[in-house]
Amino acid sequence: MAVVYKMGASLDSTSSPKEQENILKLFEGGDNVIIDMTDTNYVSSAGLRVLLYSYKVAVSKNLNVYLVGVCDDVKDIMDMTGFIEHFEIFDTMEECKKKIGD
Amino acid sequence: MQRVDLFPTHEYQGLKLRTGRPYPFGATVVGNAVNFSIYSRYATDCTLVLFHNHEEEPFVEIPFKKEFHLGNVFSMMVFDLDYENLEYGFRMDGPFDPQQGHRFDKTKILMDPYAKLIVGRDVWGKQPDWNNKYQYRSRVVFDDFDWGDDLPLETPVNDLVIYEMHVRNFTCGAASGVRHPGTFAGIAEKIPYLKELGVNCVELMPIHEFDEFENSRPSPVDGHMLYNLWGYSNVGFFAPKAAYASTGKFSMQVDELKNLVKQLHANGIEVILDVVFNHTAEGNENGPYISYRGIDNKTYYMLTQDGYYFNFSGCGNTLNCNNPNVRDMIVDSLRYWVTDYHVDGFRFDLAAILGRDQNGCPMSNPPLLESLAHDPILGKTKLIAEAWDAGGLYQVGSFPSWGRWAEWNGKFRDAMRRFLKSDEHVLDDVKERIIGSPDLYASQNRGIKASVNFITAHDGFTMMDLVSYDGKHNEQNGEDNRDGEDRNNSWNCGWEGECDIESINYLRHKQIKNAVTMLMTSQGIPMVLSGDEMGNTQWGNNNAYCQDNEIAWLDWNNLEKNADLFNYYKKIIKFRRMHKVLRYEYHLGHNDYRNLGYPDFSWHGVKAWQPWTGYNNLTLAFMLNGQYADYDGTPDDFIYVAMNMHWDMHGFELPQLPEEYKWHVFANTEMAPPADICEPGEEPVVENQGEVLVAGRSIMVLVGKKPVQKKKSKKVKKTND
Repeated sequence: MAVVYKMGASLDSTSSPKEQENILKLFEGGDNVIIDMTDTNYVSSAGLRVLLYSYKVAVSKNLNVYLVGVCDDVKDIMDMTGFIEHFEIFDTMEECKKKIGD
Repeated sequence: MQRVDLFPTHEYQGLKLRTGRPYPFGATVVGNAVNFSIYSRYATDCTLVLFHNHEEEPFVEIPFKKEFHLGNVFSMMVFDLDYENLEYGFRMDGPFDPQQGHRFDKTKILMDPYAKLIVGRDVWGKQPDWNNKYQYRSRVVFDDFDWGDDLPLETPVNDLVIYEMHVRNFTCGAASGVRHPGTFAGIAEKIPYLKELGVNCVELMPIHEFDEFENSRPSPVDGHMLYNLWGYSNVGFFAPKAAYASTGKFSMQVDELKNLVKQLHANGIEVILDVVFNHTAEGNENGPYISYRGIDNKTYYMLTQDGYYFNFSGCGNTLNCNNPNVRDMIVDSLRYWVTDYHVDGFRFDLAAILGRDQNGCPMSNPPLLESLAHDPILGKTKLIAEAWDAGGLYQVGSFPSWGRWAEWNGKFRDAMRRFLKSDEHVLDDVKERIIGSPDLYASQNRGIKASVNFITAHDGFTMMDLVSYDGKHNEQNGEDNRDGEDRNNSWNCGWEGECDIESINYLRHKQIKNAVTMLMTSQGIPMVLSGDEMGNTQWGNNNAYCQDNEIAWLDWNNLEKNADLFNYYKKIIKFRRMHKVLRYEYHLGHNDYRNLGYPDFSWHGVKAWQPWTGYNNLTLAFMLNGQYADYDGTPDDFIYVAMNMHWDMHGFELPQLPEEYKWHVFANTEMAPPADICEPGEEPVVENQGEVLVAGRSIMVLVGKKPVQKKKSKKVKKTND
């Protein structure tokens, strides 16, 4: 079972605390989380840490976190800084759900 | 539970404050506050200046109250800052009295000497706004990186093969084929190439923040822009060069560099940083206020009695390395790069300066060097000195080491270059270099591992230019060819510069193979200059510090054009890494002290066991007995190297091997590829076990071992059924 979380347009130090709190709440229900980043066009250093922290919490609870619709610029930044290695990234929600059998 | 010492006690223009913690210096996130702390011995007042990102004017300037000034440290916590959208600096008040060494000017906004993230030169070559009153801006860093299990590799120093490289030059060339040319990410993309070459350590030319626009100017020759490309001029000692990161425009250079180190480590490659603690980018009396001179000029710089700057660096000023507070900053910086970036070692530019006292005089036991040699965090970090400075202090072989410091062995470079061009008066010197320079490093138990051997480095000719030019050609640098080294010990093989004459090009390739063979079969840590393995040329420019263009950038097309060189480098490096007898840690005995039948090392000549120096002192041979490298139950082979730098062919009588052993030929630089070198371990047996003919200006490398018995293939008996 996976729940979908819709991320806002910008994941930076201003939006990060709230987004982090929302994602962590979803793990409390024992669900895997698909983070829909289709509308997210900017992720700052703080934002990358929200994603990584979410991943770490998921792993500690034997859960998974998936990213969907990550734009090329953000994907590139994640690649250059090594953050990408933790995530399974899908172009579309359908692809993601098909792969994880949800 | 809330800590009571994280409770605001003061308020200034709506910002909550309290007394800060003096340690650590710099800006540190503590709970929901940022702790700012800065040292100045002579400042009377200090103001913290805060900007939102990229804004011209600060949004607040907070004076440090009297109660925030402990000893000579100003420290203050500011609460609830959005530190991702924050740039900070300081104004320092105090005397302006240059004769006494003081240059305080509170109109200047100064960068934090401990800034771990510096913005202002985020995209390489993008013209800054020169009217901006705060050019190099300190920022607060996210220092949490997911290292996993990574740590410095601690490869034994004698096992290293170092590759000296420049972040931009390595991948800026059009044919590099990487997505982000000239960046840390670009290097990461080339890791498979580095692995194929076989190096296990990259030494990065300066990656601390510097300003490529320092002394930038159009070339008087053709008008193209000259930049401070090499970066031997620090703006900050704690921050990576933003414009070396593809993500620098997003201020993520810290993560990008850490990711590069992590990936290199995962592939068994260490990272050494070339660090420049001898001077800063602030220049002399006429230079800009960036940080140090405005914060505490008299502390940070070596000054003459009249308050002028000593110039032992040749760059305008000299960092006051043996002032206790500057010394602490240097130690803090090195520890930071090891703990936070997992860096494996440092090469110290003009390191002789680090041993000068505050008046510029060389010390016998410089406290800074001693501190570094004994530092707990740097306990296994490689420390390599460029053991000279621009003030004439030359300490190769005598650099104060406490058994910990290695040195760039400039004497290896000079001797091998002279031998390579058939100089008749250098053989004794060459022999010392081949056996790990015992004349320099046998004392103080320093050993072979103290000698970093090289024939080319960023200063001077590339290997291809060493065999293509008699003289330097630095006209493009715009200084009428006055800059750069004049004594290059180079030989153009008969034509100055590139040419189409086949015999000359053949000889040049052979000379390059000779050089790298000398380097890889000598005792000591070999260092290869990036690009030499593909025959990179700088068209005779031996000081390409300002050529941010095709002169200094590697042309990756050369990899195909000079495929034989790459193949040769790859195999001779592999050969060295396979044979521990080439990688001793301590000097050799030159006798058979374990009664194994052969000495650990022996000199030969055209006659076995007779190191006769005939033929104009241009022939030598040596043999290593691999049984002496048996530390773990596996002896190595015998290795015999015959070097003939005479222009005629000579027969070299081979030492007789133990029964069942045969001489095999690994490399013969005279031969046309692919017969010049073979796959290590697959060497064919030499036909005449008594003698080899070594062509003029050629080297042969032989391996003495028991011939591999070819497995008989099982024959299936055919039946007539």
